[in-house]
Amino acid sequence: MNHAAHPSTDLEVNAVEKSFADYRAVDRLSFSVNRGSFFSILGPSGCGKTTLLRMIAGFIQPDGGDIRIGGRSMSGVAPNQRPINMVFQQLALFPMMTVGENVAFGLARRGMGKAERLRKAEAMLERVSLGGSAHKKVDALSGGQRQRVAIARSLVLEPTLLLLDEPLGALDLKLREHMKIELKQLQAAFGTTFVYITHDQSEALVLSDLVGVMNKGRFEQLGTPQSLYYDPATPFVAGFVGANNRIAGRVDAMASGLATLTTAEGWTLEARTKGDVTVGQAVLAYVRPEAAVLARDPHQLPGCRRSHSGRVDSVLFDGANSAVLIQESQSKVEFRIALPQTGQFSDLVPGETIHFAFDGERAVCFAAGATA
Amino acid sequence: MTDAGPLWMRRLLLGLLLAPALLWLFLLIVLPHLDLALVSFRERVAPREYVTSLAQYRTFFIEPLYWQIFVRTAILSVIATAVTLVVAFPVAWTIAKIARGRSAALLFMVCLIPFWVSETVRTLGWMILLRESGVMPALLVKLGLVASPPELLYHDATILVGLVYTSLLFMMVPLVSSLESLDNALIEAAYDLGASGFTVLRTIVIPHAAPGITAGCIVVFMLTLGNYLTPNLLGGTSSQWFTEQIYNQFITRFNWEQGAAFGFLLLALSTGMVWLGLKASGQRFADVMQRA
Repeated sequence: MNHAAHPSTDLEVNAVEKSFADYRAVDRLSFSVNRGSFFSILGPSGCGKTTLLRMIAGFIQPDGGDIRIGGRSMSGVAPNQRPINMVFQQLALFPMMTVGENVAFGLARRGMGKAERLRKAEAMLERVSLGGSAHKKVDALSGGQRQRVAIARSLVLEPTLLLLDEPLGALDLKLREHMKIELKQLQAAFGTTFVYITHDQSEALVLSDLVGVMNKGRFEQLGTPQSLYYDPATPFVAGFVGANNRIAGRVDAMASGLATLTTAEGWTLEARTKGDVTVGQAVLAYVRPEAAVLARDPHQLPGCRRSHSGRVDSVLFDGANSAVLIQESQSKVEFRIALPQTGQFSDLVPGETIHFAFDGERAVCFAAGATA
Repeated sequence: MTDAGPLWMRRLLLGLLLAPALLWLFLLIVLPHLDLALVSFRERVAPREYVTSLAQYRTFFIEPLYWQIFVRTAILSVIATAVTLVVAFPVAWTIAKIARGRSAALLFMVCLIPFWVSETVRTLGWMILLRESGVMPALLVKLGLVASPPELLYHDATILVGLVYTSLLFMMVPLVSSLESLDNALIEAAYDLGASGFTVLRTIVIPHAAPGITAGCIVVFMLTLGNYLTPNLLGGTSSQWFTEQIYNQFITRFNWEQGAAFGFLLLALSTGMVWLGLKASGQRFADVMQRA
């Protein structure tokens, strides 16, 4: 990764590490975030992402490495002196103050006069569509409004960097979908660099310019949402980002980057190889549910591809995200296939036999046991 | 259980459950006070002959000694309460926010241990430490700070030390409970928005802990104002605590009428101060009592 200071880099993390007792939370991690971009750190709980964020915010001191914000090293700089602000997981709005006082809190700490800071807070609330709410109590607001107050409270200080610690976690699904769009629009409108941590891959994919997928204190992959989804670098990323069918097998043959593999039960399929894979090696293959096409008659499947068949186990209706779970005939392995959105195959019933095929180029396989 | 049965039965059950507490309140608190009130409003004109009058209360205002002691007791109690708050706050903060699990429980135990001993014994302990031939003066002489052992007892400061020591736990319990309920994220958020440690204390911690602070102050103020033993033992004759005046009237002078009037004046004082305290801190009594 590129460690050189760059004028348009707002955050640089260089070989930062942190251990708690015998547990390594963040393991010599390096990355940089460009000015004005939306950067997400995606990982399961316990992967070290919260520790990393708290080190950037200054609440935890790293054991080693350096964090530079806006080109300035942050070692020995207290949280209240850093040019960053944070949106907390539970928002942490001050219940003893009104909405306006919450937004004006940071301005008051900079010594701004009362009239001016309340005017600025009101203008800021206006920008997040909360004009006229300054006098309200925090608990009189809805979840989504509170979210906007928390962001307004930080952005009014015009920070170099805004850190967001799973701010949508406490909201219900409908509101979360809505706030996702709002967050993206706010970030675009303000142009502030956002560093966002989440365990929700959909949030990371929808919102980010770049995503670091974190596992066991390291980045498994750093890339655009598209590259994480279509070209995962490790089995962890393939399994964590988006839905995926995982099939364990052994490589029979290799041809121009495409491996033919067979499972222990004798089901043969094709997948593009990633990393070092040799003939005879145990591999893990990942196939996206939407990569496969269905057909009742095997002759209707695209001719160039290997065709497979299975028994319909269950139909998972979820509007546009509907899928069918199939038990592959040979291996009895469960395989998930997205139903076409044209409504075709909406009449599938459990027990029916169905044929399917997928392009080996859209499946990927890794040497089993490989991590990075 | 109480859902079953008709309304009158549930009412009866509730009444029976509350009966011991209500009897206690009525027989031991309301009734004696009513009687004392009646006693305070009468004047003895001849042996076994009484008339209703305000003479007892008039005496209090006419005799400067009485109301001077009254004001002095109030002021010293306010000072003792304030000192207790200042001393208890860092301890409560440590227990609620810094210590974790077992060590927090242990710290709390350490604060509780002195209360296993009766107040009399504790106060006598202070006397052993502070009297002219006691431990502290001897230590001061040994360190060469003073030429001859000073008398550390019988000063206002000594009374304050004793009162603060006795009251600490009663301040700490509501403080710890109100500080424990403060979300750490609020403190971090305030830091993150640029606040200094003092600003966090002023704008976040104290407003959040206000009901606990008020509750602790009310309890400590009432205990201090009504304390008899500590001022008497540590202050000796110079303590001039108002409870001693009440004791004198009842026991030494057999002037129950005057003693009862003094008692009611003290009750009025503590009620008035609590009301003032609630007004000044903008707290509601019900919220505060949930913390106590």
